[in-house]
Amino acid sequence: MHPIRKKRLTIILFLLAGVSVAVGLTTYALRQNINLFYDPSQIAEGEAPVDVRIRAGGMVEEGSVIRDPESLRVEFKITDFTSSVLMEYTGILPDLFAEGQGVVAMGRLDSNGRFVADQVLAKHDENYMSPEVNEALEKAAGKRAAISDAQGEAAASY
Amino acid sequence: MYPEVGQIALILALLLAVLLSVVPLAGSVTGRDQLQAFARPLSAGMFVFVALAFGILTHAFVTDDFSVAYVANNSNSMLPWYYKFSAVWGGHEGSLLLWILMLVGWTLAVAVFSRRLPAVMVSQVLAVLGMVTVGFLLFTIITSNPFDRTLPNVPADGADLNPLLQDFGLIVHPPMLYMGYVGFSVAFAFAIAALINGKLDAAWARWSRPWTTVAWSFLSLGIALGSWWAYYELGWGGWWFWDPVENASLLPWLSGTALMHSLAVTEKRGVFKSWTVLLAIVTFSLSLLGTFLVRSGVLTSVHAFASDPDRGTFLLVLLAITIVSSLTLYAFRAPVVHVRSRYGSLSREIFLLLNNVLLVAATLLVLVGTLYPLVLDYLEMGRLSIGEPFFSLTFSPLAIAAGLLLGAGIFSRWKKTDGGWLGRKLLWPLAISVVVTTAVLVGYGGFKPWAFGGVFASVWVSVATFWDIWDKSGSKKGRLHGLRRQSRSYYGMVLGHLGLAITMAGATVVSNYGIERDVRMSPGDTASAGGYQVTFTEIGNRRGKNFTAEYGRFEVSDDNGRVVSTLYPEKRQYMVQRNTMTEAGIDAGLFRDVFVAIGERVSDDAWAIRLQYKPLVRWLWLGSLFMAAGGFLAISDRRYRIRDKVSEAEPSVATQGDGTRRADPAGAVS
Repeated sequence: MHPIRKKRLTIILFLLAGVSVAVGLTTYALRQNINLFYDPSQIAEGEAPVDVRIRAGGMVEEGSVIRDPESLRVEFKITDFTSSVLMEYTGILPDLFAEGQGVVAMGRLDSNGRFVADQVLAKHDENYMSPEVNEALEKAAGKRAAISDAQGEAAASY
Repeated sequence: MYPEVGQIALILALLLAVLLSVVPLAGSVTGRDQLQAFARPLSAGMFVFVALAFGILTHAFVTDDFSVAYVANNSNSMLPWYYKFSAVWGGHEGSLLLWILMLVGWTLAVAVFSRRLPAVMVSQVLAVLGMVTVGFLLFTIITSNPFDRTLPNVPADGADLNPLLQDFGLIVHPPMLYMGYVGFSVAFAFAIAALINGKLDAAWARWSRPWTTVAWSFLSLGIALGSWWAYYELGWGGWWFWDPVENASLLPWLSGTALMHSLAVTEKRGVFKSWTVLLAIVTFSLSLLGTFLVRSGVLTSVHAFASDPDRGTFLLVLLAITIVSSLTLYAFRAPVVHVRSRYGSLSREIFLLLNNVLLVAATLLVLVGTLYPLVLDYLEMGRLSIGEPFFSLTFSPLAIAAGLLLGAGIFSRWKKTDGGWLGRKLLWPLAISVVVTTAVLVGYGGFKPWAFGGVFASVWVSVATFWDIWDKSGSKKGRLHGLRRQSRSYYGMVLGHLGLAITMAGATVVSNYGIERDVRMSPGDTASAGGYQVTFTEIGNRRGKNFTAEYGRFEVSDDNGRVVSTLYPEKRQYMVQRNTMTEAGIDAGLFRDVFVAIGERVSDDAWAIRLQYKPLVRWLWLGSLFMAAGGFLAISDRRYRIRDKVSEAEPSVATQGDGTRRADPAGAVS
């Protein structure tokens, strides 16, 4: 083979090797480290897998925050106003965490349907709402509206 | 009235930019010198008008002119003067104007420092920069005008700057970062100009190199500043979150690093030309992609300001035009380039090629990890996030491999390196590195495979670098004379590589041996972290200029009970936006930081407190300083200033008359 062609071939082979290593590593790592988002209704309906690291988000239910008096363990419920999920977290909550505010948490569901969070994120500022939480709330509101419409129609038909 | 003047200045700058992108280019195609002569004055004019607009916006901030909507949204009369100044780039419109100011600044710099370049080249480079400026000025004027008024209902006071951004880090982080981002536009313009006139030669590479290196140095500083700022200001001691916005700045850095090295080969040996051009295009495209990600509102983070969809669309179109047109040009022109030099299968060229492969692979995987969730979300295939584990798992092996390769590559020679010789050469550095790494790991208390890999790679790079200095500085007239004979670009390379080693060591040690504890503490309590005892002595309140704060007093003492420092972490409540901010108390040291932050109040007398022991965390940023300093040193090398008309031809291998091997300046930043 012509030496220049040979050189080019080497370069191309190197590049291919590099790219395939990158692709291999990436797909392997991706398969293990994707965190899917579930809203409280999906979790209540059992759509979310148990003991897999997922994300969950919603509004912190008013009056649901209970602190352990001895440690930094805290329990609270997140809700989309249709269903709610009990969360457990040990550690420091973000500055903007408060009842009635939107949060997104990372963690695992245990077999009792309790969400054990290892990370809790609140929004960055007053005007910002996580798009996931927003969507979950709208979806739940839509469903409730549909149900109440159906009930309304049922009532009207009497 | 001033804001209207600013508005007009922007429009005039746009007109000049349009002229700049057309007139000199037409001149270079038709060979009319008088048209090409317009390039420099047009660049200067563009700069003057953009600078005027920027000055007027700054004036509006400093004088609290809340009739300007952008000022009203991002400032407040209570804001200290220096934050009023930095608030100019605290929001979308202003930071875009800063971007443009940098762009026209770079354009002016090219116009000023290109006296020795052929007129055709200068006019084409400036024309390309003019086109980029047109795109961004249009974007500003159409979608993000910083001079929009709130008339007639002028608010009494402004909505204040986001408290997160009220910090020294924010004064300097965006300008540095933008200098880097935008600086790659120069390398891009040189590449496009070279493609247009088909002259991809060593001279082109030599002209591009200093610009690329400077841009890269600024970007390194900008990224490091951002990481440092996140460390102390976001409050919780993390220094890299693999957040899409951070990734957006890492992407051009990675490909820019590859570009810098491949330019070295192109200049020195005349090979990898097409590849280098492609990298220049890719690097600038990644800068644009970063701007798109951050400014379009597809991401939600500290960096994403309130956004409207038009902006995203506009930027996406701009990005598409840039990529498609430059790649089309590349497809038509790149094959013209011929390779003349040859090199063996074990040579410095091959080491640098492998370096490029690794860097490009790293770029690709960061790109995939960043864009994959966005694309899926856009296609409505579900919401997911890709976090730190993905990146650690994929990025760390590549970083370690790059370090190992670099240590060996330092000793390699251009054209051909003898494998047996190189193997023997590496034996001692290998032995030293194994011993030192083992000692370091034992010192930090435990063997961990990843820690070994990372520390080994950084020790290996340092040992090889110093070994090489020793080899090169041998001289009959004494060691000092030998050291003095090395070029600045060689020392620039040394600093750059040592910087990488320092950063890698810091990242590895702090991630593997750092200690982080969240504890519940009341005044009087003591808790320990990494050999330090931290005592919570009191809690109190204080008032700042535009905030009130609850502060804690913490005494940090070492194993012997001696008080090392007293820290005052705070929880601030900003008055205008009612935001709560955590200000950490940090006892900083070269070898470790002790970090205390106050969390929420968990009962009447107890607070959640985060205690951290962060070994070598400062090395992360120290290494970046080394890298940036290396870049600046390298471009101050005489070779970029005195080599003018003499040798625009192919380069010769650097052997001097006396037969001694001179430090290859071209291998310099390799």
